[in-house]
Amino acid sequence: MKDNMSRRRFLRECCWGGALGAVGLAAGFAASKAAGKDFVWQIDPFKCISCGNCATYCVLEESAVKCVHKHAMCGYCKLCTGYYEPEPVALDTAAENQLCPTGAIGRKYVEHPYYKYSIDEKLCNGCAKCVKGCSAFGNGSLFLQVRHDRCLNCNECSIAVACPSVAFVRVGVDKPYLIKGQAH
Amino acid sequence: MIRRLTGFASIAFAVVVFACPALLGAVNVPPPEFEGDYVLPKTEVPGPRENLLEYVDVSVLVLALSLSVYFVYHKRCRKGVFLLMMVSLVYFGFYRKGCICSIGAIGNVSLSLFENGYVIPFLALLFFVLPLVFTLFFGRTFCGCVCPLGALQDLVLLRPMKVARPVESVLRLLAYVYLGAAVWFAATGSAFIICRYDPFIGFFRRSGSINMIVFGACFLLVGVFVGRPYCRFLCPYGVILRQLSRLSKRKVTITPDECVKCRLCEGSCPFGAIETPTAEWPGETYRVNKKLLGVLILLLPVIAAVGVWAGGFVSGSASRVDARVRLADRIFMEDAGTVEGTIDASLAFRASGAKVEDLYSDADAIKAKFKTGGFFFGGFVALVIGLKLILLSIRFKREDYIASRAGCLACGRCYSYCPREHVRLGNVASANGGGDL
Repeated sequence: MKDNMSRRRFLRECCWGGALGAVGLAAGFAASKAAGKDFVWQIDPFKCISCGNCATYCVLEESAVKCVHKHAMCGYCKLCTGYYEPEPVALDTAAENQLCPTGAIGRKYVEHPYYKYSIDEKLCNGCAKCVKGCSAFGNGSLFLQVRHDRCLNCNECSIAVACPSVAFVRVGVDKPYLIKGQAH
Repeated sequence: MIRRLTGFASIAFAVVVFACPALLGAVNVPPPEFEGDYVLPKTEVPGPRENLLEYVDVSVLVLALSLSVYFVYHKRCRKGVFLLMMVSLVYFGFYRKGCICSIGAIGNVSLSLFENGYVIPFLALLFFVLPLVFTLFFGRTFCGCVCPLGALQDLVLLRPMKVARPVESVLRLLAYVYLGAAVWFAATGSAFIICRYDPFIGFFRRSGSINMIVFGACFLLVGVFVGRPYCRFLCPYGVILRQLSRLSKRKVTITPDECVKCRLCEGSCPFGAIETPTAEWPGETYRVNKKLLGVLILLLPVIAAVGVWAGGFVSGSASRVDARVRLADRIFMEDAGTVEGTIDASLAFRASGAKVEDLYSDADAIKAKFKTGGFFFGGFVALVIGLKLILLSIRFKREDYIASRAGCLACGRCYSYCPREHVRLGNVASANGGGDL
């Protein structure tokens, strides 16, 4: 009986060692290519097709994706195709002429004939209507980015799952943005 | 200039209205050079969460795991366990919004083991490994004290009901299937299904899709009557912990010293993890089961083979989880004319200028991976079912009431039911100096 018990114990010890070894081995193998830094989700603006999924697929009620404006690329057009509806009644700031459904784009006169456009991020819902307009006929200075002060950095980003153009990529936490004219 | 601009704009709008706009043009309007003192505003880039805070996450995890051992083994104190559970729920659940969690890290680890291009963050790796190591030493204290998903279900468990053993055994198979599928889909780089179908993360984030919230609410509703339904019947990480816990160096004991077989603890476990003493099988049953056991052991390879075949059989449909495979199918159907129109994904693909042949060969490679994975998945599930059947026809001899090594979640509920525990605490005097009660 005693011999039997010790044999059972020996087997148990072997299994235990084996399990610890297996966990260690798997961890070691994974760790051999692990990175100390974390990764965050970001949109490659050159792959984005401004489909509008970012506004609705984010797990947050108000999407973590917002439109950003690279002012250095902007043409400061009087008739901004990212700001105005096709065939606006007048080139003013009246709501019926604006493309943005939440009125998140501000338009301000700078000097003749230039107007400055700026995004009010509190209002932006990431629908990419302006992005579509701007990249079609403008310089593409309006584009979507994941805003990291809002993003929860889900393990599997649900917008990335829904993105039709595979524009969502994991980037290092030290370079969390893919701003046009900088990253590329 | 203004004339040029308006002229351009009217042409532009004509194109907007009458034609499909081309994607991604070059610079259409050269950026102006301002004469005045206009300063270009900078594009704001608010940073992500500090990397340093991840060390805090790991420290909190290690601290919580250590405290769980302290409360479960040294203090034997349900109150402490409950308090720790609530702190974990608040920190890992509501503060960290449930991500990253050890359960979801299964996806990251399997992807990094099978996909060379994927670099796993250390945080995910540590969240996966640390509870496993603790389980090898101390059993499933992670489940009972630290896991925020478990804590949420534990909190709503108000009217515990018993689940019949056979029902529990069958339902538990779901967790093995879930684990197999999760590793399968993650290893092919297609999806982290554990994260996608996490039932409680919507509550932690306090937002989410309606399906997710309803799914989670159903679990919590069932959880009022059935103890921790997700942990017991679905949690893929729990499956791994179960098996490691069988080997653990220390295990939870209901009694602090000896079992007096008073049966008081019998109904105390809401998770069906207390094993009762077993009587000898009557001779007839014993003989039948012995024969059955022999047949099952011989059948095991057959069951496994059927599983492998079935896994390969479903791998074709399963590969549609992968976006690239879906896109290739769609493009193929569009080119063959079997579907009308286009979708965003196919438009984006065509606009990107990538070669269709590359897409097809990519999709074929992914399908091949799915096929191999399917064999393993099917074989794994079949083996689990086979081994389960074998275990059912073996009777282990037990004389005491003990907490099952695999099933015990170390919640500490049973402690206070044991009269020996009250002797230990000095609440009641021992009848004759620590002997029989």
